[in-house]
Amino acid sequence: MSTPVSAAKPLPDDYLEYPLRRYGMDHDRYEWSMLPQRKQVAWPHKARIALWVSPALEWFPLNMAGLPFKPPGAMQTAYPDLRHYTLRDYGNRVGIFRIMKALALHNIPATVAVNAAVAMRHPSLMAQCHAAGWEIMANGLDMDHLHHGGLSKEDEQQWVAQTLSILRQVSGQAVRGWLSPAKSESFNTLDILADAGLDYVCDWINDDMPYLMMTASKPLVAMPHSADIDDYTILVNNHHTENDFRDQLIDHFDVLYKESATEGGRIMPISLHPWVIGQPYRIKALEEALAHIMSHTGVWAATGSQIMDAWQAQAS
Amino acid sequence: MKGHERIAYSALPERAPLHWPGGARVALWVAPNIEHYEYLPEQIRVRNPWPRVPHPDILGYGLRDYGNRVGVWRLMEVFDELELPITVSLSMSVLDMYPEIAEAMMKRQWEFMSHGLYNTRYHWNMSEDEERAAIEVCQAIHVRHTGQRLKGWFSPAASNTLNTPDLVAEMGIQYLCDLYHDDQPTPVNVRQGSLTSLPYSMEINDSIAWRRGQEADAFAQKMIDEFEVLYAEGAVHGRVMNVAVHPFIMGQPHRIGALAKALQYIRSHEGVWCATGSQIVDWYRQQTTKENP
Repeated sequence: MSTPVSAAKPLPDDYLEYPLRRYGMDHDRYEWSMLPQRKQVAWPHKARIALWVSPALEWFPLNMAGLPFKPPGAMQTAYPDLRHYTLRDYGNRVGIFRIMKALALHNIPATVAVNAAVAMRHPSLMAQCHAAGWEIMANGLDMDHLHHGGLSKEDEQQWVAQTLSILRQVSGQAVRGWLSPAKSESFNTLDILADAGLDYVCDWINDDMPYLMMTASKPLVAMPHSADIDDYTILVNNHHTENDFRDQLIDHFDVLYKESATEGGRIMPISLHPWVIGQPYRIKALEEALAHIMSHTGVWAATGSQIMDAWQAQAS
Repeated sequence: MKGHERIAYSALPERAPLHWPGGARVALWVAPNIEHYEYLPEQIRVRNPWPRVPHPDILGYGLRDYGNRVGVWRLMEVFDELELPITVSLSMSVLDMYPEIAEAMMKRQWEFMSHGLYNTRYHWNMSEDEERAAIEVCQAIHVRHTGQRLKGWFSPAASNTLNTPDLVAEMGIQYLCDLYHDDQPTPVNVRQGSLTSLPYSMEINDSIAWRRGQEADAFAQKMIDEFEVLYAEGAVHGRVMNVAVHPFIMGQPHRIGALAKALQYIRSHEGVWCATGSQIVDWYRQQTTKENP
């Protein structure tokens, strides 16, 4: 599947008659569904926008293998890449508290995606998140344990179980949500997550609203998340300015807010990395975007679980 | 036929001026690329459609799926408001897989230019017979859904062979969007029939900007700058301006407003002929036949 075939090989017989060219998706993980044709969603408190802020607490091992690919934020130089290792660590020591302060100003709770390694290494940070009223969402073991098609089902089951066991124990929370490191999944990930008792997952970034994903057992809720507009993509990967990032968040919100007047409730996800946005010169971009968003009436700042529950209560 | 014999050299300023209907300076055609990218592409030649391996690459797939679930509807709203004629660069499988999108496009009388079957099945390295068969499948889907034959062709993911123009012309297709050598339509030499190259844009193209990490405001500014130059030059030689967008890129909430503003700006000028691909090609062919009967 991943190996290029010889160029000289003729087209196989099934090339032109492709069985998956049928109504809807070419896989069975979810149904084809267009946003404008769905039942409109009403949020609690007659809100128009559910604001979902999700920072990620990540640990990139100094000796990371970066296989089968390097996740965003991976080590870059020859060993030991202390430069990037400590810059990432900055997020968990300093940056996250700037985010916490910016959110607290508007009473915005967060859903924090946590590598199990961070919870193990910094239980006091978990306690701070819990005390801030933040929801803990699982983000795998660490940034060097990527879920991918080459991973055995047994290994992956064990990784998920271990991640949840650590996070549930350290945080004391149920831990209902899952974000895969680097948003990478294997063919089995969704089945394993459902079996492990998780309720929602936010890896697929293909919708502005929740929808149901099929697994071998119970359905999972796919929650919208952002990759195209998160702080890493905009500031680190695409080299835009902090003001650009702020303006893009504002543009994003304004469009959703306008749509919510006629199309029903919308969700605005903001995905953050404290080692990126938590730098002193950058935090203002987040503060100003939040000030713009929270100056509107009808914004319900909530955790992933709260938003999912409100959606599920009216989805059926 | 060798690639370099396809297009006769012609310096634009030395040509007889081309005039658009009503004395328009610029013929504007807007082309959303409405595509399906296979979840698990099995026919991988030359380039792996999902470089993040081992598969599945849910990040790449999911982002593109966003275009069909959400983004395309935002584009439709913008195009409707501006009453823009649209030529879709279409993965033909979309008509079979997402009939609701097909219906919405047909209701708006959008022209379908074939962009191959899927955007994950490339035509590079195909033999002549293989490529003919692959083009025929697209033609058959178009005829089945619209009752009409295809007028335009843009190879899937711009993957083609040196035979593509001959095969496309054999199929009765009138224009090709694989070649980027001019601001005006140009004749393409083919074995039989006739074929016109219509300028599609690999510059005013959101996927190119996106891959370079440029954001919506920068893209909108490019659109405006491109237009200003073509509009000025179009006073003498009519020009074609194409805007190529993708629902999974410009259909995102943080980008759609910039596209709308730039299109509004262009639309607010006199002397802009908004047309479909085939309308531009038909007019061009009429004009050139008159001059060189």
